[in-house]
Amino acid sequence: MEPQEEKPIIYTMENKPIVTCAGDQALFTSLYNSLAQQLPREPMEWRRSYGRAPKMIHLEANFVQFKEDLLPKEGNQALLTFPFLHMYWTDCCDTELYKASVKEDMLRWQSLLRAHGSVDWLIVLVESDGKKKNKTNILPRTSIMDKIRNDFCNKQSDRCVVLSDPLKDSSRAQESWNAFLTKLRTLLLMSFTKNLGRFEDDMRTLREKRTEPGWSFCDYFMVQEELAFVFEMLQQFEDALVQYDELDALFTQYVLNFGAGDGANWLGSFCAPVRSWNGLVLRRPIDMEKREQIQRGQASLLDLRSYLFSRQCTLLLFLQRPWEVTQRALELLHNCVQELRLLEVSVLQGALDCWVFLSCLEVLQRIEGCCDRAQLEANCSHTVGLWAYATEKLKSLGSLCGLVSTNGPNSEDLNRTVDLLAGLGTERPETASSLQSPYKKLKEALSSVETFEKHYLELSHAAMDMYRAIGRLRSARLLGKSLAEFYMRKGDPQRAEGFLQDSLRCYVQEGWALPVTHTRKQLAECQKQLGQTEEYLQTSALLAGDANLTDEERKHFCQEILNFARGASDTQAEKVVLSMSAFAQLRQLQFQPAAAVVHVGAALQVELHLCSLMPVPVQLEQLAASVHFSLERGGARGRRAGPGAGSGAGQDGPSGTVTFSGGAEGSLSPPPRATPPNLELYEIQDRSPSDHALNSAGVVCKNVHLLLRRRDSSTSLDTPGYGGGSAPVAMEEGAQMLKTHNVTLLPGNNSVLFTAPSGEPGTYTLRQLCATVGRVQFVLPHIYPIVQYEVYSQEPQLSVEPLTENLLAGLPQKVKFTVVTGHYNVKKGDALQLSNTDAMPILHSCSCPAQIYSSTGELVGESVLSIQSSEKVTSITLPLAPPYHSIEFQLEVLCQIPSAPPRPESERITNGQLRPRTSSRHRSNSGMASIDQKISIDCPWSIYSTLIALMFHIPFKAKHSLLSAGKRKYIQVCVQNVSEMNFHLVDQSLVERHPGASLELQSLNGKTKKLVYSQQSVYCLWEMKWASDPPACLQCVFSVSFSPDSGGESTYTPYRYEFQLEHVCTLYSVRADIVPLAGAEQCHTGALCGLEVCITRLAELSEAEKEDGGLTESDGLCTTKLMYEVVDNSSNWAVCGKSSGLVSMPVAASATHRLLKYLPHYATPAIQPDTDSCIESDNISLLEEQAETASIRSRGSLQSLGGAEQQRGLPMPRLEPFGSGQVFNSSLGRQVLVLPSTDHHVLEVNVT
Amino acid sequence: MAVCIAVIAKENYPLYIRSVPTENELKFHYTVHTSLDVVEEKISAVGKALVDQRELYLGLLYPTEDYKVYGYVTNSKVKFVIVVDSSNTSLRDNEIRSMFRKLHNSFTDVMCNPFYNPGDPIQSKAFDSMVSAMMVQAC
Repeated sequence: MEPQEEKPIIYTMENKPIVTCAGDQALFTSLYNSLAQQLPREPMEWRRSYGRAPKMIHLEANFVQFKEDLLPKEGNQALLTFPFLHMYWTDCCDTELYKASVKEDMLRWQSLLRAHGSVDWLIVLVESDGKKKNKTNILPRTSIMDKIRNDFCNKQSDRCVVLSDPLKDSSRAQESWNAFLTKLRTLLLMSFTKNLGRFEDDMRTLREKRTEPGWSFCDYFMVQEELAFVFEMLQQFEDALVQYDELDALFTQYVLNFGAGDGANWLGSFCAPVRSWNGLVLRRPIDMEKREQIQRGQASLLDLRSYLFSRQCTLLLFLQRPWEVTQRALELLHNCVQELRLLEVSVLQGALDCWVFLSCLEVLQRIEGCCDRAQLEANCSHTVGLWAYATEKLKSLGSLCGLVSTNGPNSEDLNRTVDLLAGLGTERPETASSLQSPYKKLKEALSSVETFEKHYLELSHAAMDMYRAIGRLRSARLLGKSLAEFYMRKGDPQRAEGFLQDSLRCYVQEGWALPVTHTRKQLAECQKQLGQTEEYLQTSALLAGDANLTDEERKHFCQEILNFARGASDTQAEKVVLSMSAFAQLRQLQFQPAAAVVHVGAALQVELHLCSLMPVPVQLEQLAASVHFSLERGGARGRRAGPGAGSGAGQDGPSGTVTFSGGAEGSLSPPPRATPPNLELYEIQDRSPSDHALNSAGVVCKNVHLLLRRRDSSTSLDTPGYGGGSAPVAMEEGAQMLKTHNVTLLPGNNSVLFTAPSGEPGTYTLRQLCATVGRVQFVLPHIYPIVQYEVYSQEPQLSVEPLTENLLAGLPQKVKFTVVTGHYNVKKGDALQLSNTDAMPILHSCSCPAQIYSSTGELVGESVLSIQSSEKVTSITLPLAPPYHSIEFQLEVLCQIPSAPPRPESERITNGQLRPRTSSRHRSNSGMASIDQKISIDCPWSIYSTLIALMFHIPFKAKHSLLSAGKRKYIQVCVQNVSEMNFHLVDQSLVERHPGASLELQSLNGKTKKLVYSQQSVYCLWEMKWASDPPACLQCVFSVSFSPDSGGESTYTPYRYEFQLEHVCTLYSVRADIVPLAGAEQCHTGALCGLEVCITRLAELSEAEKEDGGLTESDGLCTTKLMYEVVDNSSNWAVCGKSSGLVSMPVAASATHRLLKYLPHYATPAIQPDTDSCIESDNISLLEEQAETASIRSRGSLQSLGGAEQQRGLPMPRLEPFGSGQVFNSSLGRQVLVLPSTDHHVLEVNVT
Repeated sequence: MAVCIAVIAKENYPLYIRSVPTENELKFHYTVHTSLDVVEEKISAVGKALVDQRELYLGLLYPTEDYKVYGYVTNSKVKFVIVVDSSNTSLRDNEIRSMFRKLHNSFTDVMCNPFYNPGDPIQSKAFDSMVSAMMVQAC
């Protein structure tokens, strides 16, 4: 061979495509170096068949001297030794010489090529100026080139190249050199394409024959691998890898088909028993040893797989994809195990473990060899699988070979070890120098217990650290648990405990029941061996209540606890305190009575519903609940007064039942997870203390402290006893305890009854629950939600309430007396002393029953009261009653209607409204006047009197009015029933308070009794007659008897109404007429009318008047000055001229004064009256007034008709109105006919 | 088909887990629990890349010698894990996907049940029978 470029390539095969060189060897040698250097310098695009993507490749070539035996023989498929291009070099520039020898040589060369069917050739003609100079005589007619082309390249002119002065440094030389290189590359590629294409076609044909009987996978393997080699040679690693992957897939498919029953003959050789399990070899580019085995068809499945993988690994590393190697390695290992199983290849037990272990380490070391440390650490996730797998395999090898037990391997184990080691063969030379080689490691690990432990721990910790580093904590814990198992088997529970605790914590946190149970069982064993009594018992308790275990196991663990509890009872050993949650669950708690509020000394029972989780009945020596007592009782009584007041913490519902959420799931398995507790919301209302008005309302969450607690730090309470004993539950020693002794808790629900202490008033809170079994105490450290009950003490109380809504005065009314005894014991002779008042006597009958009720409202007894009345005091003897009872009885009382004292002055218009006479009398909302009556009661339990106020309502309202008819006078009294009842009225009478002979009141009323319905009135009328002068002031008393219309006989009660009348006598009569003006017959609208007012004095002036000096002397006549005013309503009538004035009236009786006013009548279009109708469309408010000296009228109001004031004293005239009875309007109700002005229609006008 | 099917709550506790054959139940519990590591890894990796249109199917979580563990996570972070026997090579990725889809549909039905309290273990008979259909009867 000619000199070749020696380039150090470490792993690749030192193969390059072969190019042969014929012709002038010396010439070629001179050019070889530059050729070999420059050929790969520029990439060429390689277009490929079958639609594969074109690639840029750098071509290299191995130039060898042409020999005939280099040409491939018929049927030889080898590609590696295939010459892809044949070159012929010549520098002949002499035609003669060419013809003489060179052509001959070329022809021979060509025919050889043709004989072998090779068409890839190139003739290179090197021209040099040096040579040409020597042959100057040569005419450049036809060049040698043309000749050669003529002779050889009949069609392919491109197969002939001229290379000009390649050794010179001229641009022309450079150009031709480049052209030559391009040509060379193109032709090489063409050859590749053609030859590889042909090869691939052949290969495919071969593959298609795979169903034929004689087909052998190994042969095919060799063929396709050849292709792979070529690609690798061309640096096309990707393509090379594809070839191997195809082979891999093909083989896998065959194995699967075999598994499916479709076996191929050739597979038989792979089914041979495995004799060697020395693992993968990845340190050589090609494991020729295995390759030869495959070639010979003697490879086992593991050999084939190993070889395939080693090739894939090599290529992947070329491709800089080391992490794919690890991933594929894991797949491969799993796959191989599966395939051997599928093919039912007989393998020595443990042999595969060896193979896997060795292979894992080999891959890892191979990767470590080509990556730096930082890269490795960053890619732990890719390698950790192999580490873990190796660990697992080593562990199983360890247990197989008896290296894990405490006693060390026995002879059988040793035999097995020897067999396994035998299958490893001898160490391969390439690793012999490495101290850490997988081979050495395995041998060492299997050699003794100690070395095994060392290697196993090393691997385990490495894998765990990696898992932790990449955050796969669960995987790390699983490994840790398996390490713990190892330690346990080694008899080293100390070291196992930590791993078990760690795993258990994880499983409990995430709520995986089965792993929890399993791990806990392991932990129990561990703790037992360690002698951690308390922890062991706690774990046992959890296991005994674990539904995932069988009954036997649960009973066993339960028995462990019981044994311990009963065990050393004689020695006063310290008690062991365990969490109750594993032992039993508090489900429900019930108070009896339900309100959980009792008075001092009363019986209060608490019923606990405990669900025992133990599989067997457990005899408890004592079950106790510690109680915290506090004196705080701010408003406690009021707060809890009604059942279900709700403000008590969590004690909702009237049943007095507290349900604990812990047991809600009802399953014995641990709750899936410490789920956040439910929101506990309560309504709050803030009322101002003074008027009870609502200030604000809202919702408050009562268990914020639980909801907002940090999750990760909450361990001990929510997840009790994952390890037991980590947070020892403290037992509070409370002074007060609820206790029961010797309770047997059956599996499942139990109910335990306690009697709660109620000795002192205050609030009692249940804090802890403690069950004692021998030396073991199960403690529930907190009872939540808070359970409280209250004990109160109460002062005796007396209350008096009316039976009906309103008490009516004047009638006997029933009143209920209630005595709440509180802490007072009603003794014999205890009596209520009621001070009598005249206004309200107590009506008592001889048999007045009293009922005695217990604090819960049950009727306890009934007895008859004895009531004694004396002048001042009514004494009611109470029946005997124990404390915290109530006595109820009813009494009848009567409130007299107070007679109204005479009013200081009469009101001109009576409306019956009574002025408040006493402070105790006022009007109630119902319109009834009411009276407050106070009773003072002396109670036996107190030195102070109790004042009770009762409010009575007066059923009637009366009003009076004075009516006149000329000089005759009438008194009308209206009695209105303002109560809700109906009454009979009888015997109405009106009398004068100071009867004089001159006055007579003549009744105009019927004699029969009258029925007054609720809210209705009765009117009574009397005429006043007098003989002499009527009194200036008249004081009258109206009285009537009434009784309720209840049917049956009734007693009548009087009702009195007093009033006073003044200015009874009529002084003046006023008459008003409207007359048409002179000439007109009728009044017309719009026309003036005359108003004639006639004031007549009806009575002589009284002496008093005379003396008043209001008289004026004029014209010798004694006159009184009156003021009048005409008030129109300014709609129909209007006064023309003065509407008021003064007139002087003679003092003599029957003196008359006439005045004339003109009243124009407006016919406003709006009130155009209907024709022919006589309508009172016009009203005139005609006010005629008389006045004395200076009399003034106010307008507009009919009521204030007359006003007169006596002028007393000269300086200022004084107006004084007349009393209602003093002026009689005789024109009241008079109508005036008014005709419309245009059409003489009649209009009627009312004069009122 | 599957040898173990598990539905795991967002908080990583099992809502449903069933396996055949039952004697290996514990082992499957461990396997499924451990697979959560990879699920979380994949979720966080996906979360970084594509938050919106992420693939619910997580693919092969990890192979063991005997089993292949596949994962799927719903948008509400409920995880489905299917364990398949390694020897069962006829199962393609597409079939696993369709199993997950069926599982998801059935799970949605469970969640739609007004009487089902989200977070409780799944006890639906319909779900159970659907799962049964996906599992091999003991080989």
